[in-house]
Amino acid sequence: MFEITCPGASHAKVTADFSVFTILTSGISPFYPEFVKIVEVGPRDGLQNEKEIVPTGVKIQLIDMLSGTGLSVIEATSFVSSKWVPQMADHTDVLRGIQRAPHVRYPVLTPNLQGFQDAVAAGATEVAVFGSASETFSKKNINCSIDESMLRFEEVINTAKERQIPVRGYVSCALGCPHEGDIKPSTVAKVAKRLYEMGCYEISLADTIGVGTPGSMLKMLQGVKKEVPINALAVHCHDTYGQALPNILTALQMGVCVVDSAVAGLGGCPYAQGSSGNVSTEDVLYMLHGMGIETGVNLPKVIEAGYFICNALCRNTNSKVAQAKSRTL
Amino acid sequence: RTAAGVNAGHTLPDKVKIVEVGPRDGLQNEKTIVPTEAKINLIDMLSESGLPVIEATSFVSPKWVPQMADQVEVMKGISRKPGVSYPVLTPNLKGFQAAVKAGAAEVAIFGAASELFSKKNINCSVDESLQRFDEVMKAAKEAGVPVRGYVSCVVGCPYEGKVAPEKVAHVAKRLYSMGCYEISLGDTIGVGTPGSITAMLEAVSKEVPVSALAVHCHDTYGQALANILVALQMGISVIDSSVAGLGGCPYAQGASGNVATEDVVYMLHGLGIQTGVDLSKLMDAGAFICRTLNRKTSSKVAQATCKL
Repeated sequence: MFEITCPGASHAKVTADFSVFTILTSGISPFYPEFVKIVEVGPRDGLQNEKEIVPTGVKIQLIDMLSGTGLSVIEATSFVSSKWVPQMADHTDVLRGIQRAPHVRYPVLTPNLQGFQDAVAAGATEVAVFGSASETFSKKNINCSIDESMLRFEEVINTAKERQIPVRGYVSCALGCPHEGDIKPSTVAKVAKRLYEMGCYEISLADTIGVGTPGSMLKMLQGVKKEVPINALAVHCHDTYGQALPNILTALQMGVCVVDSAVAGLGGCPYAQGSSGNVSTEDVLYMLHGMGIETGVNLPKVIEAGYFICNALCRNTNSKVAQAKSRTL
Repeated sequence: RTAAGVNAGHTLPDKVKIVEVGPRDGLQNEKTIVPTEAKINLIDMLSESGLPVIEATSFVSPKWVPQMADQVEVMKGISRKPGVSYPVLTPNLKGFQAAVKAGAAEVAIFGAASELFSKKNINCSVDESLQRFDEVMKAAKEAGVPVRGYVSCVVGCPYEGKVAPEKVAHVAKRLYSMGCYEISLGDTIGVGTPGSITAMLEAVSKEVPVSALAVHCHDTYGQALANILVALQMGISVIDSSVAGLGGCPYAQGASGNVATEDVVYMLHGLGIQTGVDLSKLMDAGAFICRTLNRKTSSKVAQATCKL
């Protein structure tokens, strides 16, 4: 461990822990990660929030196109009851139908042990569980308290451990809740820590309603990284208020190097009807590549996949990069 | 690790001045001609929202920019709020004289950082365009009228591609030494990212004090707010934006142009930065002009807020 005091700013200290630089003040770091891993959530989080039911063949084709872009993680589907999420009713067919590219992982959501077992039977090799930083959201969304949901996830995680299946944890409402309003960073930290200690290899912190700004993102990450190592954290920003890219930028400046996004910005916001939800993978890539940060992803191929799914959904893309590219004179 | 070159420990400004360019830059790039009374009403509503600077109109020939043909009536028709500036564009001495006659108390001139853009846009080289402005600067000094300078294509040009930061610095320095009190750096086609914006600002701030710089970011590729954030981190405290994100991009038809003032204010307030702007009154002004133009707002904040 060593400390560098930045000249001209006595309140700013840069502490190096192995190869991770952590900035302790609101004065922002000049350092960015050299590589950022994109977790593509379009086929699951994106489509789940689209009204049109997408045929299985189209879902499979979308995932296959995304597999050819260089993305290393593509969230394929969700093993929830089709009663609750009709869009994901074909989860088994999708998982069995996709052509798995080498070096690409296809995590699936598994809200409980039943879902986990179905997922494994269908060939899943990685799963994800969803916790919330808001009690009210947890109760309204999955009908139980945060603590109760953690017990359910513990079952999933322990079973997954036995089968050596990695588990990713999500914390929703990390920057605000549609029912409770502001959420304390310490609450987010507590839930993230619980998931991490139970055995999740990575925790994705989700701004579910997109209300976060660089100010609240900074405070939340400062709180969470006290409990979970920064290299096990990811951000899942929604663009409902147009804040996703500056929020992601702030997270990168804090040392986060995993970013969730959805091709074409699929998936509206269920809490602000007609508004946008997920940030577009294309727009994130444009920013990262423009900053000299590597992702391994081919942007034109992602744009193509985006056009494909938007055609199938009969809707316009939410990606500004895709819009601009299709119209440049 | 890739160094972004930002001065570590540089804190964000406490206050940011928003320069509202909707009534000029915004409307100028909208296809529908807006009636004079609607323009005046828009500006009056914006004045009520707390914005300190509202670019009201442009004294160009109506032959080139029909949307701004009613420049004199707009200037004379608005209710000027004390403490608020209403700069107007003046591309030449004739425009300047007409502007002053119509009551303008502040003007703005435009230079490009790209030679090809200058030639294609105003039919002369960058140096020639700056010489033309010499006349305007002289007259403005004599009349005691402050002049703001704009530099367009600061990170990219639709014809030349990448633009060298040193070229931007050169043009900015020229405008500043000619007497412009503030230089607004425009990412005209919205191609900038935190990487290129940082490099450009580093070069320019060597020649012009940071306190005299502003950024004018376009959101064509969705990068505007991220670019504005890095500009703030480098000490910039003046941001141009357009209510409802008025004004498409003339180089990518149908694509967005100006960044929406509502979205900028949302971010700044979330950072604890003061702007003096009342966001809900601002959204009212945005809703009004969108109804008038019969178009949807480009502001995500406005879209989200009206649907909750």
